[in-house]
Amino acid sequence: MNLIVCIKRVPETADADVSIDKSGKDIDKSGLAFDLNEWDSYAIEEAIRLKEKMGGTVTVLSIGGEDSNESLRKCLAMGADEAMRLTDPAFDGSDGLARAKILAEAIRKIPYDLILTGTQAEDDGYGQVGAALAELLGIPHATLITRLEVQEKKVKVHRELEGGLEEVCEMDLPAVLTIQTGINEPRYVSIMGIRKVAKKEIKTLNASDLSLKAEEVGFAGSDIRLEKVYLPPTGEGAEILEGKPEEIAVKVFEILKDKGGLA
Amino acid sequence: MKEILVIAEHRRKEMRDVTWEMLSKARQLAEGMDGKIGVALLGHGINSLAEDLRSKAHQVFLIEDPRLEVYNAETYQRVLTQLIIERKPFLTLIGHTAMGMDFAPSLAVHLKMPLATDCIGIDLSGETFSLTRQLYGGKVNATVSFSKNGPYMVTVRSGAFPVMEKDSISGEVISYPSPLSDEGLARRFLQYVDAVIGEVDITQADILVSVGRGIKEADNIPMVKEFADAIGGVLACSRPVVDKKWLPKERQVGTSGKTVKPKVYIAIGISGAFQHVAGMKGSGTVIAINKDPKAPIFSVATYGIVADLFKMVPVLKEKIKEMRKK
Ligand SMILES: Cc1cc2nc3c(=O)[nH]c(=O)nc-3n(C[C@H](O)[C@H](O)[C@H](O)COP(=O)(O)OP(=O)(O)OC[C@H]3O[C@@H](n4cnc5c(N)ncnc54)[C@H](O)[C@@H]3O)c2cc1C
Ligand SMILES: Nc1ncnc2c1ncn2[C@@H]1O[C@H](COP(=O)(O)O)[C@@H](O)[C@H]1O
Repeated sequence: MNLIVCIKRVPETADADVSIDKSGKDIDKSGLAFDLNEWDSYAIEEAIRLKEKMGGTVTVLSIGGEDSNESLRKCLAMGADEAMRLTDPAFDGSDGLARAKILAEAIRKIPYDLILTGTQAEDDGYGQVGAALAELLGIPHATLITRLEVQEKKVKVHRELEGGLEEVCEMDLPAVLTIQTGINEPRYVSIMGIRKVAKKEIKTLNASDLSLKAEEVGFAGSDIRLEKVYLPPTGEGAEILEGKPEEIAVKVFEILKDKGGLA
Repeated sequence: MKEILVIAEHRRKEMRDVTWEMLSKARQLAEGMDGKIGVALLGHGINSLAEDLRSKAHQVFLIEDPRLEVYNAETYQRVLTQLIIERKPFLTLIGHTAMGMDFAPSLAVHLKMPLATDCIGIDLSGETFSLTRQLYGGKVNATVSFSKNGPYMVTVRSGAFPVMEKDSISGEVISYPSPLSDEGLARRFLQYVDAVIGEVDITQADILVSVGRGIKEADNIPMVKEFADAIGGVLACSRPVVDKKWLPKERQVGTSGKTVKPKVYIAIGISGAFQHVAGMKGSGTVIAINKDPKAPIFSVATYGIVADLFKMVPVLKEKIKEMRKK
């Protein structure tokens, strides 16, 4: 079984004080911690579990600069066999479609039975790359996968719908699946584990290696253009309860009595 | 005349809210450009849904086929490719939902149509679109435009566009032939699996105390549970808490969990991603506790407490317990 996983390194913003940088087109990333995209950590774990069960190889791909090696190494430490980084100045500014094109060209060059991506990236959240990639490769796909089972030349999957409902479907292989969080429990990688793979080669491929023309990728090959980013208007926003914790507790108690019927 | 085509979303014979939201937005856009609204309805035995749509569209394209009984990315792609090539809509609107996320990106590639996903704002001036999206889980907004010429495809976030009351359009239902054949599909629907009914029903509670990833570890959950008990509330949570198996799925609030409308909803260590907010914005009063003053949850909360939950929650518990005794 040849398994391919597409991964992205993203800044961790949930706990951070986010501000806009000078270009007005991105957030200020200095001082932010980066990690493997949450959805991708579930995708790589799922691929490694399949390999452990059925044999085969796991290849991880990432489009990005040298920083992305860190996330690729994490995947190697988790148990992936090979890592490839797709990188070229011409890739800068690629939207979801252009990224799918780059990934498709890299994947065409290697054998594959099953390709896993995350449902979405935490940063720009297109939720687009996986299904677009499948169409470019001319193979079936299913998104939001919460369970999968590989059978002879087929894969049976559970797709998450709204409100806790799931849909079960089966697909012929090869196929692309976009993985939803919670499908498994991604294994922990220790510093020792990362050290063990520190010397492992990470192949890089550029636009010409992938036979991609400059106008097919990057800004030129993208259908959408980012004009600006800004902090969302807070609207009316919440009334902030101030004071010492004990004083705030009194206010919360009043609200609970008044609005929640607390006796 | 320019046409805006909305792809209707329905499941188990019920129209999904996002369809009405898209039609409402389409109406506003169409009025601004003297355009027409078409809606594509794919399915089987859904004539009554087609009738319902007439009030909101000039043309309801009904594609009836037993093979369309349930949604499938492949059948949808075949049917919509034919319809879109024939109708040449200026703009195609699809929900950014479990269904739309599944077929829009591949359909757009197939038709070589520029696609902007998960939009919360669509503005049109002349022929130029300005779209609003969110980045970083809703902490940042972005304005994006198309760098290619149309026709365009946009997927819209559920709940982003309000349904406006307007006069009925009384459009016509037009039956469109289905291009599907019995030729094999590479993806086949097998069955639905309904949500398991758990021990507690969080939708019935008057007071919900909901905990998010800010709680850091499973071992810290009891602290929130004790607070919930102290105020007669029921414990709920955001998705990562379920993904990590710290609490069962039946406690999850949000698009892929439950929709709740308690009198008071207390969100603790929850950032306020739209998938979460969609499940709790109908709550009477919302109190949010978060250490990040810019957390999106504060824009939906009635009251905000900017604090470290590990310091705040134990004090709330003790103090309210004490006051209730009096
Ligand atoms: C298709 C799909 C469906 C989804 N369905 C759902 C759903 O049904 N429900 C749902 O909730 N999510 C859902 N999600 C996930 C959603 O996008 C978010 O990832 C999730 O809601 C984030 O959960 P959170 O707010 O608990 O965690 P985070 O976003 O990580 O936020 C943690 C928050 O805790 C705060 N915090 C940290 N430490 C402290 C402290 N000591 N004191 C106070 N505050 C602290 C941080 O400032 C931060 O705001 C879905 C996603 C997808 C793609
Ligand atoms: N730069 C990238 N390199 C490799 N894979 C990516 C990249 N960006 C996105 N992906 C994959 O596509 C998925 C969905 O991303 P998106 O469509 O951008 O929300 C991610 O979870 C990854 O699996």
